Amino acid sequence: MSEATAEAPTWSETGSDSLARLDAELGDAIVDRAAMAGDPVVRVAPDAWRRAAIACKEVVGCDYLSFVSAVDWMPAPIIGDEGSGDTSTPAQPREQTVGLAGGSTRFQLLACVESTRSPFRRVILKCDVDDAMRAESWVAVYPGADWHERETWEMFGIAFDGHPSLRHLYLPAEFEGNPLRKDFPLLAREVKPWPGLVDVEGMPGGADDEEAAE
Amino acid sequence: MTTTQPPGGLPEVEIDPAALRQLADARMNIELDTGDMILNLGPQHPATHGTLRLVVRLDGERVIAADPIIGYMHRGYEKLAEYRTYPQITTLINRIDWLSSFANEVPFIHAAERLMEIEAPPRAEYIRTILTELSRIATFLLFLGEMGLQVGAITPAFYGFRDREYVLNLIEAVTGGRFHPNFNRIGGLKDDLPWGFIAECRTVMAKVMESCDEFEDLVVGNPIFQQRTRSIGIIPAALGASYGVSGSNLRASGVDWDLRRDGPPYLVYGDLDWKVWTHPDGDSFSRYWVRLQETRESARMILQMLDALPAGPVMAKVPRIIKVPEGEAFVNTENPLGEMAYYVVSKGATGPFRVKIRSASFSNVSILPWLLRGCYVPDVVTILASLYFILGDIDR
Repeated sequence: MSEATAEAPTWSETGSDSLARLDAELGDAIVDRAAMAGDPVVRVAPDAWRRAAIACKEVVGCDYLSFVSAVDWMPAPIIGDEGSGDTSTPAQPREQTVGLAGGSTRFQLLACVESTRSPFRRVILKCDVDDAMRAESWVAVYPGADWHERETWEMFGIAFDGHPSLRHLYLPAEFEGNPLRKDFPLLAREVKPWPGLVDVEGMPGGADDEEAAE
Repeated sequence: MTTTQPPGGLPEVEIDPAALRQLADARMNIELDTGDMILNLGPQHPATHGTLRLVVRLDGERVIAADPIIGYMHRGYEKLAEYRTYPQITTLINRIDWLSSFANEVPFIHAAERLMEIEAPPRAEYIRTILTELSRIATFLLFLGEMGLQVGAITPAFYGFRDREYVLNLIEAVTGGRFHPNFNRIGGLKDDLPWGFIAECRTVMAKVMESCDEFEDLVVGNPIFQQRTRSIGIIPAALGASYGVSGSNLRASGVDWDLRRDGPPYLVYGDLDWKVWTHPDGDSFSRYWVRLQETRESARMILQMLDALPAGPVMAKVPRIIKVPEGEAFVNTENPLGEMAYYVVSKGATGPFRVKIRSASFSNVSILPWLLRGCYVPDVVTILASLYFILGDIDR
């Protein structure tokens, strides 16, 4: 959010064109927008998630589905001592944060569609998911969303309305919990801290490694 | 025509052969209607690189439904990546698509470099491109040999493995690892090319060209191979794209789309003179043909790069401890198996906040339930082989 508001986002020519077409089609359903390396990042209202997919496919011309996934913006639980020099567990924010194009909920859907007909054209879509943890399914628009939504459902617990068979993809059917949620512990790391405590050397070619840089 | 005859007995009346055939068909249909057969292909099947289980429901020899069961190799890299620092993650992503590990590293490293606003020196980018194309050749040579194996020809498999070894030796000479180089660093490469690499690489590329000609004679021109693959497993272009099928599989359906040319510029593909190969048919044969042409094209690209290799350092100035500024980056590249992409969310720490790994085989295989419906059991194996997926790339 801070980056998006600090300076005006700049889209590439193709990106601006995609955005203009999406604006004409979706109107107020676009909540926020940002630029990422020239590509448009668009956050749409939850009830326009499927409509956004149809607009991308039919109006913008993004016929190719790259992926559908989600992000859990809750801060990760802290493992190990702070300030011990342990770089193995990267320090992450303590409060809930938001990414590009903002957000107001803990979970956000994240998807990317591309065009195989016009080069450099792609749109990254985001959508807030409220506490009901339900979202519209894209399977009717992009049949490839089937597996991606099953994965998102089992990893984050977001259910998709209109999905033909929402069942486990990777994990066994009796598995409980949603592994990619930030509050799902990585047991291996909880039991035994990463033995990388002393491994704080810079990489070869680092600022003080002149030899390798030559 | 009555169908109330007891099984085993034909009507005693004199009937013409056409009616008899019709009767036989009717009886056949009644017999098959009693129940479909469920066949488990896998989890261990030679047509799959890893453990893919395919549950197919059969009506006689015909597949009426297929359900791929994946997850036997799920290692949870997206979760593990949240507990690692950026340099540590490259060892994980080496093992996603283990046949072309070097190519896996490139998009992730580029994502981190873009967020840190570091650019690798030109020589490093050239060497990265050479190694990416080498791993593409290694991956495709295995495919070119093994596809023959799946239709019953064992000889091409030996050729494929033999010639891939030359390429793997080159990769090993540079990186020290045959399969898991872990050679990329944020800001460049671990080392420069070893002495004698350029001359050796030229020799190997000549061998690769030769072996492509061999595959052309031995496999593509073989009438049995053509019978087994032509008009089998056709993927329509629009449907393939909406399933997210990418790479050579989509180009074999006539889609002229290659991220090396049509995506945001990366590595040095813009400097090279090369061609994107497509085939209009979309069947198993065209997938083989496209990969054969792309192997040659990659060899040509490498020869061009060896001529144009710039001098200079292979590592940019990077901080001692890698901290990636807050932001999000999405980098997708054309890997041997298709589009490989990383969506990296950074919160300014030494490790990423979230990494979404978009792997090619996952989407390529998700079309299987549609693709296998209505085909015959022996064709299932050729279709699986021609889609060319690596289970590590599906399960991540």
